Amino acid sequence: MRAVRIVQGTAVPLDRSDVDTDQIIPSDWLKRVERTGFEKGLFSEWRDEPSFVLNREEYAGANILLAGPNFGTGSSREHAVWAIQQYGFEAVISSRFGPIFKNNATKNGLVPVEVGADIAQRLLEAVATDPSIELTIDVQRRTLEVPALGVDTTFPLDESVVERFLEGLDDIGITLRSADAIDDFESRRPAWLPSTPAG
Amino acid sequence: MGKKPSQTLSQKVWDDHVVRHGHGQPDLLYIDLHLVHEVTSPQAFDGLRLGSRRVRRPDLTIATEDHNIPTANIDRPIADPVSLTQVNTLRSNCAEFGIRLFSMGQRNNGIVHVIGPELGLTQPGMTVVCGDSHTSTHGAFGALAFGIGTSEVEHVLATQTLPQPPQETMSITITGELPAGSTAKDVVLAVLGEVGTGGGIGAIAEFRGPVIEALSMEGRMTVCNMAIEFGAKAGLIAPDATTFDYLRDRPHAPSGPEWDAAVEAWSRLRTDDDAVFDREVVIDGSTITPHVTWGTNPGQVIRLGDTIPGPDDFDDPAEKDAAARALEYMGFAAGTPINDIAVDTVFIGSCTNSRIEDLRAAAAVAVGRRVADGVRTLVVPGSGLVKEQAEREGLHDVFVAAGFDWREPGCSMCLAMNPDKLAVGERAASTSNRNFEGRQGRGGRTHLVSPAVAAATAIAGHFATPEDLA
Repeated sequence: MRAVRIVQGTAVPLDRSDVDTDQIIPSDWLKRVERTGFEKGLFSEWRDEPSFVLNREEYAGANILLAGPNFGTGSSREHAVWAIQQYGFEAVISSRFGPIFKNNATKNGLVPVEVGADIAQRLLEAVATDPSIELTIDVQRRTLEVPALGVDTTFPLDESVVERFLEGLDDIGITLRSADAIDDFESRRPAWLPSTPAG
Repeated sequence: MGKKPSQTLSQKVWDDHVVRHGHGQPDLLYIDLHLVHEVTSPQAFDGLRLGSRRVRRPDLTIATEDHNIPTANIDRPIADPVSLTQVNTLRSNCAEFGIRLFSMGQRNNGIVHVIGPELGLTQPGMTVVCGDSHTSTHGAFGALAFGIGTSEVEHVLATQTLPQPPQETMSITITGELPAGSTAKDVVLAVLGEVGTGGGIGAIAEFRGPVIEALSMEGRMTVCNMAIEFGAKAGLIAPDATTFDYLRDRPHAPSGPEWDAAVEAWSRLRTDDDAVFDREVVIDGSTITPHVTWGTNPGQVIRLGDTIPGPDDFDDPAEKDAAARALEYMGFAAGTPINDIAVDTVFIGSCTNSRIEDLRAAAAVAVGRRVADGVRTLVVPGSGLVKEQAEREGLHDVFVAAGFDWREPGCSMCLAMNPDKLAVGERAASTSNRNFEGRQGRGGRTHLVSPAVAAATAIAGHFATPEDLA
């Protein structure tokens, strides 16, 4: 994963609640075995609509997705995170995330910015009126600043996640430092637990 | 010596699996069983190859083909070339890394959350993960089971562990006794109506109380299956005699002296009497009548016989907005009686409701009746073993005589990755778990119900309970 320290730029307002991962990327796109090329599937059931916010010129080039509450609920598909990132977003702001989506985001360096419902709503309304509003997300300080609106707020992110974002660390590499502890745990597992040798 | 602090069931299972305590970092948990399927694994196996890593415990890993596979003509090659590539990729990955795979057409093949339990691989007190959000199903056995993303699939393949931040605990107690005609599906839909799609976020939910204790293992799996729909990390139920009776003599269950040792250990897996949960929800089971979703998330739920609500029935602005959009997508007006709504398709299947008991419940309604004209019906058993048993009991004859289409196992129309899809504007009564926009096919409209209500709806041609049928 690539290190992420600061995300600065403009936002696209996706003013809908309960955008689940089936809507972020429909299941037809899940048949692919590659890890790239998912940007075309992002919100693909809505993209045909010319007035859909991603199709509007004034939001071209935005690198932050500003979503309604309950964003990313439903399926565990990490393809939802890949699609958002590959489209060009580096962070998503919402007042509440589906938990698996949020976790998947942290594994890929997409910053999940969870802010109060009132702030999220204010941002949605402001960016809908003025697409040029600039936002700054600081991962180390866990802050979202929007000077034009006088917003300067913090968001939750586990200390270990912040570290991984800042260093761009590989989770597996970190865990394998505990290989001895894993060996030790394995040697103490009850004998009745099931196993399925290949065959 | 001080008294050991009181713990909930999930805390006990959690503590039993800590490889390394976090000290400011997440705990590293050992994973007892990793279930793999074709959709969320290809990029994880690629990652292993890129890192020159092996699968640490192929013997604690099993794989199945379920999401993509057709449910008809399975003796022929998969027609969709992209699906075929994905299934073939799983086959070559399992061969390369030494993982046991149940392929389409084999009798042990089926939906990942059906086969684990029926083979006895899911046992009380285990940790179970899968790159699939409905892994919560396995919590029915008192296992800590949760869905993970592809990066985590790769992590478990490589290390057999997962770093996990702490979770809150949530108790959902269903008191009293269910009215006749209500099922496990109605219980979990009622919970969703009560707590909403976000009510479990950040918590592991334990389902408790007399209604839960009275459920069969199939019913408990239905309830735990949908814990993710209210955002819970996992849902689980304390193991008891019902659990042990289900497990006894299953292929991978312990036997002989090991069985006795296991039962003794499993019997310890209960929430201590004085343990305190971070969140508590209590629902009177005697008020839970058959439920049906009306909107585009599983929290938008009413009872059979009710009228469809509108934006004015909600106070929260986001819920008002969601209701307005749902009504538009679903194509009906607020105030319409749900029982007046006609369906085009009825789907009986999915990891929520495709087990033998679900098929028996549907068949009991279908027997001696006919599907209404113009209604397409699919009955998709959860596994090859479920299909075999249903056919031994003659359930397939009941379905076929009534005009239902009897299919091969798979995820099928639950998520429409295979040829079983709704067309634009089509409406389905479905025993699956998600009524999201486009979930069962682009533009399709989904209403979640129990198997009994699904069967009654197929016969009536509009939403109905078995009691509504003449």
